[in-house]
Amino acid sequence: MDSRQKVLGVSGLRTSFFTDGGVVPAVDGVDFDLYRGEVLGIVGESGCGKSVTSLSVMGLVPNPPGKVTGGEILYGGTDLLKLNERKMRKVRGNEIAMIFQEPMTSLNPLFTIGDQMVEPLRIHRKISKKAARGKAIDMLRLVGLPRAEEIMNEYPHQLSGGMRQRVMIAMALICEPKVLIADEPTTALDVTIQAQILKLMKDLNERLDTAVLLITHDLGVVAETCSRVIVMYAGKVVEEGPVREIFRNPQHPYTEGLLKSVPDMRFKQERLDPIPGNVPRPGSIKTGCRFAARCPYAFGRCLEDDPDLYETGDGHRARCFLREGKEAGAYEGALAEG
Amino acid sequence: MLQYIGKRLLQLIPVLLGMTFIVFMIIRAIPGNPAQVILGQQASPEAVASLEAKLGLDQPWYTQYFEFLAGILTGDLGESLRTRAPVAQEIWPYLAATIELAVFAMIIAIIIGVNAGIISAWFQNSWFDYAAMVVALIGVSMPIFWLGLMEQWIFGIELNMLPTTGREEVRNPVNAITGLYVIDTIIQGRFDQLGEVIRHLILPGIALATIPMAIIARMTRSSMLEVMRSDFVRTARSKGQRMSLVVYKHALKNAIIPVLTVIGLQMGILLGGAILTETIFGWPGIGRYIYDAIGFRDYPVIQSGILVVAFFFVMINLLVDILYSVVDPRIKYD
Repeated sequence: MDSRQKVLGVSGLRTSFFTDGGVVPAVDGVDFDLYRGEVLGIVGESGCGKSVTSLSVMGLVPNPPGKVTGGEILYGGTDLLKLNERKMRKVRGNEIAMIFQEPMTSLNPLFTIGDQMVEPLRIHRKISKKAARGKAIDMLRLVGLPRAEEIMNEYPHQLSGGMRQRVMIAMALICEPKVLIADEPTTALDVTIQAQILKLMKDLNERLDTAVLLITHDLGVVAETCSRVIVMYAGKVVEEGPVREIFRNPQHPYTEGLLKSVPDMRFKQERLDPIPGNVPRPGSIKTGCRFAARCPYAFGRCLEDDPDLYETGDGHRARCFLREGKEAGAYEGALAEG
Repeated sequence: MLQYIGKRLLQLIPVLLGMTFIVFMIIRAIPGNPAQVILGQQASPEAVASLEAKLGLDQPWYTQYFEFLAGILTGDLGESLRTRAPVAQEIWPYLAATIELAVFAMIIAIIIGVNAGIISAWFQNSWFDYAAMVVALIGVSMPIFWLGLMEQWIFGIELNMLPTTGREEVRNPVNAITGLYVIDTIIQGRFDQLGEVIRHLILPGIALATIPMAIIARMTRSSMLEVMRSDFVRTARSKGQRMSLVVYKHALKNAIIPVLTVIGLQMGILLGGAILTETIFGWPGIGRYIYDAIGFRDYPVIQSGILVVAFFFVMINLLVDILYSVVDPRIKYD
């Protein structure tokens, strides 16, 4: 695993929102590494901190009220959190680019696609207007848009949602960034378009060797696209591992619950098993495991101590006392009881 | 687009027709009689009646109204009862004075108001934001006559920096060509006079700009605050764009439409309603021209003056509607 080239290393990341109602730790000590050329998924329910994690990497946490309060984000040997705004601007869109959930509103309605496409090039590269335009047209073709030259002169409202998301992807990749963060890129799209966009991202990831950090709440998207996945719950990473491994053999009760609540077409299932209860408000659980209240296997210690991430296999880690020292027996025992 | 403009100009006809009718009826409802005013209180009833006949005021109101309308169609706005000069000729210098002052005031109001609004929204809840909004609130609530008098006292009398009345140096009068003195002095290369003309514009310009400036600042701020939360602003930042360009390019263009509306309405108000400022600063503008005409019951001047002001008001708002579609490609008028 470590033989591969690490492009992004996030460790101990903490991002809090300072509101009138108190300090809300939306991201509370998140660690992960992103390797060159891979697609890493971050999954979790709404409010688990996955979007805030991605905005923290971009240095775009809305401030006030949000602020990164700790940890480090290493990119090519520099800690992005220590960069000033001027240096951070050189990273955004150039080294690390981002696409967002809502293609309908993420493009500026009053500028042509062409104006918006050439903008990153004009910011980060010394390039003539004409050359920038040529490159933009090439990128639009690369993401599979027909009549790229005409689209350059059109406005966002003249394109469909899927086309706009393709434009967003083309725009994000135009400076050939090493990392692409995609925050729920397909959530707002039709299912058929979703599949096309995911396939496109996977293709580009392979062709351009761009590492992708794919944020989603949809396990189906993860299964289709990612090689590794991180499961987040209440501002913390609860499980991390290769996708096949996690789908086949989830090590954290939350991941197990997530998988059970997804319909599986292969089996005739009578009904789905949802996870009981709701995601706790960030910061509301002070002691113990954050999932304890909803966990079917919880025991005394879970309410008192906060578990660490325990190694359970090759590159597979889970934040659960049942996995401490790979005590598989304890898990089975709890299963029998529960 | 041309079709739309044509349609809007056609719609102008009933609006102006209604305007003229209302104004025509209201001024005749005011007690007092032009012939009586011209001849004085001591004039005999016979003399008054004979002057009325001479001025056509003995005709029934509808005859007078249709004569007035027929005149407008041929570009004849009637003759002033007081000076006997054709209104169409007499009105232009006054109108030009008002246009010059209103445009000058609006430029001040837009430059300061829009920028104050943008910076307030950009640094929301900062000291600048609070200070600018308090000043704006004072601006909208300040009586113009008081502000005008304070300006004259401080800058005109105490500091003796700026002239307090009129449009030009009395001893060095501008040779009017267009009636817009800034343009006239530039055409004639009289830059000494240009300086004088601008010095005369400053105090009334500031007095007139205060209220629109405050309204524009508040409108820009609230519109910008909404736009700054948009997804495309975040997209622009994620490209590595500098914040000043994100604000002034991406956000401002999206926030400007409600501001344009306010600017159009305020410009219309400035053109017609600057009577207070024009009176305080001795500015020979259209507000004072109409106001004086009311005192003399100078019916043709009142009617035509208000008609011209209404015409400008409607035209400015048409211009604003056209600007919408220039700013926003989604707005189409076909």
